Amino acid sequence: MHIDPLEKKWVQIALGMCTLFISIIMIDALFHGVNAPSNVETIDSRKIHLSEEFAEDNLGVQVAENGDITVRMVAGRYAFFPKQITLPAETKVTFRWVSMDVLHGVHMPMTNMSTMIVPGYVAQVESSFPRPGEYPMLCNEYCGLGHDHMWSKAFVIDKEEWEANRAAMLNSTATENEASDNE
Amino acid sequence: MNDTTAKNLALSHMWVAFSAFIVACFMGEFQVLERSGLFESLTSISVYFASVSTHGVLMAFVLTTFFIMGFGYYTASSSLKVPVWNPKLAWAGFAIALSGVVIAAVPLLSGLASVLYTFYPPVTAHAAFYIGVTLLVVGSWVWCAIMVVMFYQWKKANPGKTVPLAMFATTANALLWLWTSAGVAAEVLFQLIPLALGLMDTLDPGLARTLFAWTLHPIVYFWLIPAYIAFYVFVPKQAGGYLFSDEAARMAFIVLVVFSLPIGFHHLYMDPEQAKGWKLLHGVGTFIVALPTLVTGFTVIASLEIAGRLRGGKGLFGWIGSLPWTNPMTLAVILSLLMLIFGGFGGIVNASYAMNAMIHNTAWVPGHFHLIFAGTTVIMYFAIAYYLWPILCKKPLVSNSLALVQLWTWFIGMSIMTTPWHVLGLLGQPRRISSVQYNNVLTMTWEPYEILMILGGLVLLGSACLFFYILVKTQFGTTTEVFVGEVEYAEPLHEVKDLPEYLNDFTLWNKVIAVLMLISFGIPILQFFFMDTYGSSAWGY
Repeated sequence: MHIDPLEKKWVQIALGMCTLFISIIMIDALFHGVNAPSNVETIDSRKIHLSEEFAEDNLGVQVAENGDITVRMVAGRYAFFPKQITLPAETKVTFRWVSMDVLHGVHMPMTNMSTMIVPGYVAQVESSFPRPGEYPMLCNEYCGLGHDHMWSKAFVIDKEEWEANRAAMLNSTATENEASDNE
Repeated sequence: MNDTTAKNLALSHMWVAFSAFIVACFMGEFQVLERSGLFESLTSISVYFASVSTHGVLMAFVLTTFFIMGFGYYTASSSLKVPVWNPKLAWAGFAIALSGVVIAAVPLLSGLASVLYTFYPPVTAHAAFYIGVTLLVVGSWVWCAIMVVMFYQWKKANPGKTVPLAMFATTANALLWLWTSAGVAAEVLFQLIPLALGLMDTLDPGLARTLFAWTLHPIVYFWLIPAYIAFYVFVPKQAGGYLFSDEAARMAFIVLVVFSLPIGFHHLYMDPEQAKGWKLLHGVGTFIVALPTLVTGFTVIASLEIAGRLRGGKGLFGWIGSLPWTNPMTLAVILSLLMLIFGGFGGIVNASYAMNAMIHNTAWVPGHFHLIFAGTTVIMYFAIAYYLWPILCKKPLVSNSLALVQLWTWFIGMSIMTTPWHVLGLLGQPRRISSVQYNNVLTMTWEPYEILMILGGLVLLGSACLFFYILVKTQFGTTTEVFVGEVEYAEPLHEVKDLPEYLNDFTLWNKVIAVLMLISFGIPILQFFFMDTYGSSAWGY
């Protein structure tokens, strides 16, 4: 069997390239906490409204006693509920997404907040948003003929401003929902 | 040897493939026009998604499977110099696959199967769609069986001899497809068809996605391998040189087959139903499967360099200019490799666990796979057709220069169309939308790119029509000229000697695949039977 020495060298270079890429990915994943949703947590999608965690009153932004921010969102044809949320910039936020019907996906452009929302599972993903602004939350998996219309909004505002108006940020979900429905 | 049967099989299969292709090209152009929102009369969400579903099925399942089967029959017969084994069975496979296409086409075209070609449940199509697709796959299994039988019959009749590279790679692809299709077959037979027929009330979408991911990566290698076969066994000869290394080619095919299988979870990086460790394991495998492509790039370019220098090319790059750029196969491989470089770069981004989050399910993804499948792969299908048509029909190609125009326009059109798609993805546009409805400043930056895509689509459609015209005119034209050439396989630079049995057989590799699949899919599939999972009932769309 004949393998040219030059080809052998190239195989070594190619192996080196792959090793480099894999090492970078591993370092990111294991030491820098890359947050692809991988929590393998099941939930009954047909009874989400009856579950305690995802009952309507508990949706949207919540702050735990230790200050951790969790956003609970329900995806259903054709919006993410609540339809509008406000988040502080430069702060770690944990999203918990569930679907009440079919397969959806959601991402916020220009950020790494992205996950599939598979019925029967809770998708948990962590992110933080360095820049304030208005970010759409877009459905990115075909879910039916209304798929184009499936989106909601997240406002990211200065951390201080958010802290100052914290109570309003948390309780405003219901009224803002109505406001956006009337748009 | 009388190889009429092989030639008829090849022509029949390829006509089905290219007929599906031309229909799907018209649909593709309709889709870019519709989604731009510039033509109100075209706007129809239900027609758009019926069209996207049909376009995907025709391109990804019909064009590919029929082309691969037809090409495989001819490759097997011509490289082994034996007739096709059991032609009746081969025609039966053709009939089963074709009837599957017809059965699936009815719900697709009538809007009863607008579930896209990935058919992610619990959105559910009419049962006829799943049954039709199943028949297409069953028909292709007949082809796989015939390839494997011919491979082993030849080995038995020629003990100790090296199986010709073309047949070695074709058999590798047949085995790859048997392994690959098992995942989606399980999903369709045990989940989708029972759900669509109402025999089952619910299914687990997490399990369905896992089984689909089993198929989703290696299937693209099933489509790609014919292009690689042409790279190795046709290109060197057509360019006027020799294959740089037959042995390296065999190794590349083996690593492709073995490592394209246990890595499907890079499609599930963003999914909640699989844990991080499995995703990373599949991620490592994803980079390993880049190796054979890097080796292929090296071997093919080295073979081209030999050809260029034999033709009098001098200097570091002079050999490139002296290549026969007017030979369709040579031109196609150059354009194909160019698209492979850019498409491969995009693929590395997709494969990267962290970066993938930025482009997952955005317009970047169709941009990527159009470049690497419709570009790199399909342009080689064209080149193979141009090469084989005169041999199969015994008539000369109607016009060599038209073929060159067609290849160039396909490359240019694909570049114009996929570049804005990649940009749109980076700007956050989701894939699979029929219009932009978001009332947001960001989305306004998307508009100019839509117009570029229409232009790219038009160039591609023109190119596709030209391709179809060349084939029709060559076969059914009124010329009295007779083409007498037969297929010529490239000679290796160094004669293949003392080939170890593991590079001439698949028994060992099937065992390796079985172990790797058990490791990478065993627990991830079994977990659904141990966890308390909740099913989803069927939904319309």
